[in-house]
Amino acid sequence: MSKPSSPRVALFVTCLVDLFRPSVGFATIKLLEDAGCKVDVPISQTCCGQPAWNSGDRENTRKIAETVIQTFESYDYIVAPSGSCAGMLKMHYPEVFAGDAKWMERANLFSEKVFELTEFLHDVMNVKKLKQKLNSNITYHDSCAGLRELGISKQPRTLLKSIKGVKLAEMKDSETCCGFGGTFCVKYPEISNSIVETKTENIESSGADVLLAGDLGCLMNIAGKLKRQGSTLEVRHVAEVLAGMTDTAPICDTNKKTVAKGR
Amino acid sequence: MEIKSPQFKKNAKAALADEQLQKALSHVRSKFIEKRATAVRELDCFNELRDNAVAIKKHTIKHLDLYLERFEEKVLEQGGQVHWAATARDARGQVLDICRKIAAKTVTKGKSMISEEIGLNEFLEVNDVTPIETDLGEYIIQLRGEHPSHIIAPAVHLNMDQIREDFREHHTELPEDRSLEEPISLLQEARGILREKFLGADVGITGANFLIAETGTSVIVTNEGNGDLTQTLPRIHIVLASIEKVVPTLEDTSQILRVLARSATGQEMSVYTTLSSGPKRGDDPDGPDEFHVVLLDNGRSSMLGTEFEDMLRCIRCGACMNHCPVYHAVGGHAYGWVYPGPMGSVLSPSLAGIENTGHLPNASTFCGRCESVCPMRIPLPKMMRHWREREFELHLSPASQRRNLKLWAWFAKRPKYYRLFSRLSHLALKMLAGKSGRISFLPLAGGWTRFRDMPGPEPKTFMQAWQDRSTRDQPQ
Amino acid sequence: MSSRGEILDRIRSAVGGVATDKMRKANVERRLKRHPVGILPWTYKNNDQVITQFTVKAKKADSTVERCKSADVSKAIVRFLKKHNLPAACRIGADRKLKNLLKGQEAVLEITHGPNDGSQLTGVSCALGAAAETGTLFLVSGKDNPTTLNFLSENHIVVIHKKDILKHQEDLWVRLRRKYGAGKLPRTVNLITGPSRSADIEQTLILGAHGPQRLHIIVVMN
Repeated sequence: MSKPSSPRVALFVTCLVDLFRPSVGFATIKLLEDAGCKVDVPISQTCCGQPAWNSGDRENTRKIAETVIQTFESYDYIVAPSGSCAGMLKMHYPEVFAGDAKWMERANLFSEKVFELTEFLHDVMNVKKLKQKLNSNITYHDSCAGLRELGISKQPRTLLKSIKGVKLAEMKDSETCCGFGGTFCVKYPEISNSIVETKTENIESSGADVLLAGDLGCLMNIAGKLKRQGSTLEVRHVAEVLAGMTDTAPICDTNKKTVAKGR
Repeated sequence: MEIKSPQFKKNAKAALADEQLQKALSHVRSKFIEKRATAVRELDCFNELRDNAVAIKKHTIKHLDLYLERFEEKVLEQGGQVHWAATARDARGQVLDICRKIAAKTVTKGKSMISEEIGLNEFLEVNDVTPIETDLGEYIIQLRGEHPSHIIAPAVHLNMDQIREDFREHHTELPEDRSLEEPISLLQEARGILREKFLGADVGITGANFLIAETGTSVIVTNEGNGDLTQTLPRIHIVLASIEKVVPTLEDTSQILRVLARSATGQEMSVYTTLSSGPKRGDDPDGPDEFHVVLLDNGRSSMLGTEFEDMLRCIRCGACMNHCPVYHAVGGHAYGWVYPGPMGSVLSPSLAGIENTGHLPNASTFCGRCESVCPMRIPLPKMMRHWREREFELHLSPASQRRNLKLWAWFAKRPKYYRLFSRLSHLALKMLAGKSGRISFLPLAGGWTRFRDMPGPEPKTFMQAWQDRSTRDQPQ
Repeated sequence: MSSRGEILDRIRSAVGGVATDKMRKANVERRLKRHPVGILPWTYKNNDQVITQFTVKAKKADSTVERCKSADVSKAIVRFLKKHNLPAACRIGADRKLKNLLKGQEAVLEITHGPNDGSQLTGVSCALGAAAETGTLFLVSGKDNPTTLNFLSENHIVVIHKKDILKHQEDLWVRLRRKYGAGKLPRTVNLITGPSRSADIEQTLILGAHGPQRLHIIVVMN
């Protein structure tokens, strides 16, 4: 697809960003606008339908997907600050309409235009360098859907490393699941807890002060565990740091004075 | 074997509290993953080989009936016998009949998951034939009266001190003061005891990694050499194999062998890959007088043409469980039936019924790591989701879960009401968080807050804040 | 209906049924006849590289490898046995090539013949060939090289001529077809890559499980 010079991009907000952390949405808008996009937020958006899809409810998934496609298909691109939601829109929507050629085609055309935020900035808008400075020791967790459905791994790291003062301290097994898994974490809480405990152990051993990731679900899970364990680590969505918008307190924290603002 | 999958939640809790098990599982987390990664890195055409292995299996499955017929024809040509078993019960009966014909007393066994699937050991025992597992891991768990917790490392749930105690308890004929400090002394003790058993057995039973149609050959892939002694020394060799094990040619076998060991143990080749074609011949000083193949269906042919057909490509390497965070947390026994981990969560419902195994395809975070390492590129998460669809259609998923989903979906399909729904949720969360910025107890999500905090929301939802900004920026 | 008929019918109706049988049969015959070669890893510039690859991979799998002239094979065997404090005795089958290589050495090496019943410490076999790609030996059953020598011997010595070390497994399948006929194999073909081992106790690798503890490969260079 040839890239329009100033593409019209629709922000797919995601339920968790809408409900818990609007700052991620605004950081995403800033990054997209800085990259030269015209950003719009379609007001009639709801959810990508993943909870229904992963619960085996095809019928409701389909109805939700139809609404999403109708809402977003007129834009040049659809960008979400989440590998999980973007993965649903990009990889699963065509399958939702399997057997319905007309909708399948529509879904394919829609899906081609969907991107996760860091992937979109790096691969489509060709952003390789960010201007701000930030003295911070960061570790990055690869959220599963972004990593394995969309192949996102180097994009957020390239962008982070381009920020002056940022040091990346990779944790052990950054590619291992954090145990969130959507409804998994409430259906099988003990297993989920055991998995996230392994994750927080690896995060703490990395020696980083800040944990970043591209998915709010994982971040809430990990931050919630870290705080329960009494950790002082600062947890944020990668978009906040990339946009230099770290005024909001870190996830699960009230402390406004933050490491990411520089010490 | 008795199915304990319905108690998955209880099994998992017990597993998480089991310190010995947790210690043992730490070996799975580190060693298997590292070894596979190295082996894959060192072979630059690994992914091309995977693609080709998939293509071979797809071709074979589309022509499965014909390849099975050819395999049978070639086995008969070489003086072997083929027994077709539609069910586990048929297979057990066929094995027992063969044993009874020579009044067999003991049967040595190479590692076989099919044997577990059909519950062969228990059945032979009640019929006065003694089965002796000879793979070291299998031998250990047989002493303990357990079943394998992993398809290629059956005793991976145990630590050395447990094995040491078992040996002291069971090997009473040996001096009490012998040293069993090192793993090698345990191995040598088992070797010594099993050597006698190999030489004295009437029948040897092995599984099969492949059945080659071209030559009527069964193939086992092992490291210890026990499988070879099992099939070489007794008068009768019985191969237990399921129908999807067939591959067309020797060349096809090589293609799949190249991805098998690398995915399983991280070896480039397992130590022994043994091709067996029929019984002892004319001037051959070794080998069995009779060669039997029991071909088991047990539900597999019913998977053909369904959304679970791809599962028939599985070559039982175990990579999916070696990389599964849920398997790492609870181990194989929690799954409650023969096949643990992601491959089991797809296969067990097919073979043992979704009504018994409903937890298994649900107990996954869908992290996708299993699919990413599967040498056969089996879309395991997708197939687990298909099982969830079946459960949803059959109303097998819990009522409360269905109710919540239905309510949520009602809103999600209606943008205007969804806004209202999220505003109300937002308000409630804000109240619960108070000034602390986080929630330590959340009704309906106790599973979350029992173990972790939940962040409190920011003052407004994104949509509220965005609309405020838009009205501010664009005065009418 | 018999289990056989039941299973085959179920498969047939699921994969396309009788209607497509003619085409499907042709597909199967074609594949069995042509046995297409798939992807072959590694490329080799010359024969020396093949031998080197074989040696490196065999050692990686914990085999020991030495090269020698045909006249020195028995010396190599004696040296190996001495090194490991083993009696200067070994068991061999009826392989004529091997017998010739060991001829006239009875004074330094006691040689007995036949399969191993478990009482022989050291067995010597002659390999049909080897695949360099993974350092894998190919041995075939029969009176020449009885299978029990491969598994019941605590120490297994395998003699192979360098010209029998081929690049890939597939090269050995070609050789087997030529020797035994298309669609036919000897009763057992053993692909052996290193001495026997187990990692069933805490994932710790220990050599010498049920099969040999040592696998020594002697490559005859002339």
